[in-house]
Amino acid sequence: MTASKLMTMHDAIARHVPSGAMVLLGAQMEQMIPFAAGHELIRQGRRDLTLVGPISDILFDQMIGAGCASKVMAAWIGNVSAGVAYCLRRAVEQGIPRRVDVTDYSNFTFALALHSAALGVPFLPTYSTLGSDLLKKNGNLREFISPVNEDKLVAVRALRPDVAVLHVQRADEHGNAHIWGSLGVAVDGARAARKVIIVAEEIVAPEVIASDPNRTLVPGFLVAAVVNEPGGAHPSPVQGYYGRDHAFFAEYHEQSRKLEDFEKWLEHWVVRTADRREYLKQLGTPHFDLLAVREHALSAPADFGY
Amino acid sequence: MATANSESQIAARGYTAGEIMVATAAREIADAELVFVGMRLPMLAFLVAKRTHAPRAVGLYENGLIRETPSPQLLYTMADPPNLRGATQCGQMLDVMAFLQQGRVQLGFLGAAEVDRFGNLNSTWGDRHGEMQRLPGSGGACDIACLAQRTVVLLAHERTRFRERVGHITSPGNGRGNGWRTTQGLPLRSGPSALITTLGVLRFGSDGEAFLASVHPGVGVEDVLANTGWTLRVAEKLEETRPPSTDELAAMRALDPNHFWTK
Repeated sequence: MTASKLMTMHDAIARHVPSGAMVLLGAQMEQMIPFAAGHELIRQGRRDLTLVGPISDILFDQMIGAGCASKVMAAWIGNVSAGVAYCLRRAVEQGIPRRVDVTDYSNFTFALALHSAALGVPFLPTYSTLGSDLLKKNGNLREFISPVNEDKLVAVRALRPDVAVLHVQRADEHGNAHIWGSLGVAVDGARAARKVIIVAEEIVAPEVIASDPNRTLVPGFLVAAVVNEPGGAHPSPVQGYYGRDHAFFAEYHEQSRKLEDFEKWLEHWVVRTADRREYLKQLGTPHFDLLAVREHALSAPADFGY
Repeated sequence: MATANSESQIAARGYTAGEIMVATAAREIADAELVFVGMRLPMLAFLVAKRTHAPRAVGLYENGLIRETPSPQLLYTMADPPNLRGATQCGQMLDVMAFLQQGRVQLGFLGAAEVDRFGNLNSTWGDRHGEMQRLPGSGGACDIACLAQRTVVLLAHERTRFRERVGHITSPGNGRGNGWRTTQGLPLRSGPSALITTLGVLRFGSDGEAFLASVHPGVGVEDVLANTGWTLRVAEKLEETRPPSTDELAAMRALDPNHFWTK
């Protein structure tokens, strides 16, 4: 039996994500975004990170605003229910707090970049982005002629993050993880990355994971650290655990519009907040409880008997 | 709370600008089609189509979701928990992108910050009085614009958004017209089908250029031309957009009673 990989968020980030690393966050699209991990990266003062993800809702914006990133490789950077990302705009247009270089992907080409790394090949072909300025400006997308039928195709270069941080519903202490609901690029993200940090709402016995192996989307041997962090994806939702805090996204939109307001927001919710437990305390019990699942919807059990 | 603006629009003509766009978009969906749904107004259009004329339409969402029944609640994002409950399949992004690239997806909806006379879309770099503004980017828009059999774009009809040429092609339409898509290597059966705006509906000629096909009730052709940044061609038989029906309004208001999306 391998040793437990359970550790605190502080230790997982301290041990596995140095400055300068390429970090995959937000692999499950608008669900299960690892905000707690992102905030810990900000608190530990990481710099020159390359943030990669298809979208990340407002997490990339916060990390850009905090000065953690020098590069972003993504398909969409904004506030999904409210619109533009103000910290991204300040960074790209004015270099505040520092210049950030953005490499634009589409969702499909981003997914192919991870899938390519997951398969261990240097690129994968697609027809997507032909004729677009994404193809012209992103050096990891190259047009070529198909060797088998003369079609024009785009080669999407493999993308291998140093670390993938995935928020999941449940995992065992070895990192075998169950995920359900919105998957996005999580499976390929885990396979593509050199290391995986699993952030789980619940830690369960290995037997629980093995009882439903179709739902095991990350095998533990890929995982370097397991963090038990209930509420760690707030304000994004976790299917079966809590809903999306739409008001929080709307408030962030207003409070990030001006630089001085964003700085206050960051102080209040991240810098002066020790950890996720304190963050949730600050959010308040009635507030977080309102997001709780009101009507459970359990799937029918699958019989693995023989 | 419904906004005062929505209230006054409804008092004047029975529906909001957003509502006629949603109803018009819903009618672009034929029954049993596979539809790449996207966010905001298109998400509502899909739900309206499902509840009215296209009950067998199937929705595909970029997070990997396939859904055959309308979501029971208003959605702010495609990954909101109500959109996953009762779904047909919760797969990976590549699973739905595979269907798109195979050419199986008949229709994809898009939004954008800017569009040009050939239906090219920009959602990456805005231009405000000569200053470049960084916008969120493609998401899945470029993929849909390249690979869906038909694409339908929804956006506000403003002169600053309707430009002669967009400065950045995030999602290719008909390029510079006249077979441009084919020379780029894009699939033969793909490309822009309609632009549904706050003022009317634009479609595309065989040369790839947009023309005004219908105006919404109460909108004059001159209003449309004044809000378009190029000399827009007008159909010989210009139509008036059919206003939203009682059923269509009931379907969209059941989901968005406070006009969060349908301002």
